[in-house]
Amino acid sequence: MTRVRTWLRVHGPGILLPVATTVLAFLIGGLVVLLTGHDPLAAYRAIWNGTGITYLFPWTPAADKTFAALNLQQTLIITTPLVLTALAVAFPYRCGMFNIGGQGQYTVGIVGAIWVGTRWPHMSKPEHVFLALAAAAAAGAIWGGIAGVLKAVSGAHEVISTIMLNWIAIYGAQWLFELGGPMQGSQPDVPQSSEVAGSARLPAIWGTLQPLHAGFYLAIAALFVYYVLINRTTFGFGVRAVGLNADAARASGIPVARNYVAALAVGGAFAGLAGACDVLGWEFHIVTNDIAASQIGFIGIAVALLGRNTAIGIALSALLFGGLQVGTSTRSLDPSVFPPELASNLAIIIQGLIILFIGAQLLLVYIWRARRRRHTDEPPPAVTTPPVGAGTL
Amino acid sequence: MTDTPLLELHGITKRFGGLVANDAIDLDVRPGEVHALLGENGAGKSTLMNVLYGLYSPDEGRVTMDGKPLRLRSPRDAIEAGIGMVHQHFMLIPVMTVTENIVLAHEPRNGPMLDYGAARNAVRELSERYGLAVSPDARVEEIGVAQQQRVEILKALFRSARVLILDEPTAVLTPQEAGELFDVVRSLKERGTAVIFITHKLNEVLEIADRITVLRRGKAVATQPAAGATEQQLAELMVGRTVLLHVEKQPSSPGEPLLQISDLVVRDVRGLDAVRGLSLEVRAGEIVGIAGVDGNGQAELIEAVTGLAKPVSGRITVAGADITGRGARVAFDRGIGHIPEDRHRFGLVLDFTLSENLATHEYRHAPESTAGIIWPRRMAARAKALLEEFDVRGGEPQTRAGALSGGNQQKVVVAREVSGDRRVLVAAQPTRGLDVGAIEFVHRRLVAERDAGRAILLVSYELEEILSLSDRVLVMYEGRIVAEHGPDVTETELGVEMTGGGRAAVG
Repeated sequence: MTRVRTWLRVHGPGILLPVATTVLAFLIGGLVVLLTGHDPLAAYRAIWNGTGITYLFPWTPAADKTFAALNLQQTLIITTPLVLTALAVAFPYRCGMFNIGGQGQYTVGIVGAIWVGTRWPHMSKPEHVFLALAAAAAAGAIWGGIAGVLKAVSGAHEVISTIMLNWIAIYGAQWLFELGGPMQGSQPDVPQSSEVAGSARLPAIWGTLQPLHAGFYLAIAALFVYYVLINRTTFGFGVRAVGLNADAARASGIPVARNYVAALAVGGAFAGLAGACDVLGWEFHIVTNDIAASQIGFIGIAVALLGRNTAIGIALSALLFGGLQVGTSTRSLDPSVFPPELASNLAIIIQGLIILFIGAQLLLVYIWRARRRRHTDEPPPAVTTPPVGAGTL
Repeated sequence: MTDTPLLELHGITKRFGGLVANDAIDLDVRPGEVHALLGENGAGKSTLMNVLYGLYSPDEGRVTMDGKPLRLRSPRDAIEAGIGMVHQHFMLIPVMTVTENIVLAHEPRNGPMLDYGAARNAVRELSERYGLAVSPDARVEEIGVAQQQRVEILKALFRSARVLILDEPTAVLTPQEAGELFDVVRSLKERGTAVIFITHKLNEVLEIADRITVLRRGKAVATQPAAGATEQQLAELMVGRTVLLHVEKQPSSPGEPLLQISDLVVRDVRGLDAVRGLSLEVRAGEIVGIAGVDGNGQAELIEAVTGLAKPVSGRITVAGADITGRGARVAFDRGIGHIPEDRHRFGLVLDFTLSENLATHEYRHAPESTAGIIWPRRMAARAKALLEEFDVRGGEPQTRAGALSGGNQQKVVVAREVSGDRRVLVAAQPTRGLDVGAIEFVHRRLVAERDAGRAILLVSYELEEILSLSDRVLVMYEGRIVAEHGPDVTETELGVEMTGGGRAAVG
């Protein structure tokens, strides 16, 4: 009994706050739906059905399961890169850094995967896939590592440098694939890459129409790797020490600069793998317009923040954001219930609210503690883990 | 000073959950009196003062001023009642001027605008009356700590404080500055202000206080006049048992040199030479104390020896192995343990558990880890043994370091830095901010490490500490060693050399 209470005391706020944040965001989103003259409950039910999660429930009728399966495959296809771009934020965060560069690292990952994936069409499958993934991870790691080196050498703040590196990656990739660009595909009047060779494509693991690909397993493995790396390795120990108190880490002989570079490189590798999963798993080529339009890396920041940089939290919030994305998309939402063009904006509103509330959490926690200190008989609270995102920007 | 109390606290009790922080405390303060509140860290001094300043509401008891009951629900109530407080951590706004900080929230106005001229005159007048020299137009971020403290005192006086609470005011001051503060306190006293002086330094209490109240574990165990009290008696009241104020040790028997420094030059953060061609040697089994006024290159010397700063030139060797400029990890691996001056910034990762903090050196080696994989249970087992050996109280291996009291935190740092095969121990201000019991522990441990054959380099700005521990005393002035003495040198001699032979030292 006391063990349960202790556990709740320590972990309660960490679970409660993100859940409350999400509920509140959906409530306000519902108000917006109401203002547009639609029924929020019906809209949310339609979005919920659109995510395909119902497939998992035994009471869903078999007739609905076929359609639900298609939706769930879509949801998991989006969840996969979100998990990876969230890890790209989470890992450097544990080293005391805020990596805004997930989008750029994702983009160079796409370039690396395409570069390998469109070459050597006769290579055998496991080797080709592995090589393409490795190229994407390496490209992402280098892109993240550059920001790390800049910070280690000159003290350049990673928030600034990763944002700048995003634009370099985006414009660079657009140039590579645009008309006349060095990596443009075989159709001379289409600004896109060639198709990824069959041997470099991630194997399908569920479904036929646009099946869920093996990248999903990769994302789950990445969550596990993240957990072990941070909590159970000497590398993770150093990263955490630097993240919590760089001066004390340095005084203990832990190389601070090297950890900055390594942590951003690992983060970049996760984001690079996200790019590889998309391009080797279901897109198979990249169009220049999509490079700038993609938001996967940025949504990953929100996923990491809502998931409080823990492996389980990231898994759950990636599923939430992935489901929201798919559930509000034109093809899964019944237009008679809620117009899809409104629905996709609703998704953006809810995402925005979640980010806003996470930012406000610090304030809420602060007020709550101040009130508690004044009015009740609690000791001055031992400072628990501050809300994620606090004081990093 | 009259005997009629100005401020009275009757039976103040404050509970935090199951912990009784203040247990039916009575306290009275008379006008023109310096009343010292003495107690170890965690004895309940701060809680009591926070009750008085309206930050906590007491569970039982009442506060009266001039015999009339006070309702203190916020600091605003306390300020209006004439109670002022100078916190240990100053509450000033760095970008505003001294004048602006002092008049804040009680500004003289000219219509809706601040009447800066009137404000400055008021500040000047107040500062002359109490002999508190400040520059009214300097920005707070530009002035030193001692000056900032004066600004805090003036702020309280500007709000017509009749009772002034000073929370550990000397913790941040040099001996000279502390002497000046005492002059200020005396002049406040002459003008009828009552001063509550919170401290755990016994010598200060005897120097400045008229009466002393000792707190121990939430209870007021004694209130007595300062006249006739002794340090020994007060220490026993504080701790509740006999305390050794003076370190007992045998004469040293130094062995071979373990730490050798020759012609060392180190620059400070501004790029100026702070250590200028310093040479010294510490032998096995001796404590070498470095006496000096803060800012004569001690910090830079320590950083160079512990591998945190790269010297410009010179050589540092540990048992013959050159570690000059090779980083903190090499310095530690070659056998240099480091008890840093600022344990919160450099000594501990406050959000790490004790288990993790005790492993920040050893985590890379078996049995803590093998092939890069950490074994948390082995780490915890080692931590448990160390916590017992070093008598760390209030913490299990899984406790967050930030949750411990200062003395126990320091024990954790000492435990980590002396465990294993450390040949040299560099201790910088190892007892700063600690209470009597913890100071006794750290001192005894340093002597024990000396007797175990380690070479100990002690840097302290407290001459008393240098004199009671050192087998040899070196005086550091402007980046060089200017004198060397045996253990029986006097404070006066050192004081003169520490200030370059010119004026006499205070403290």
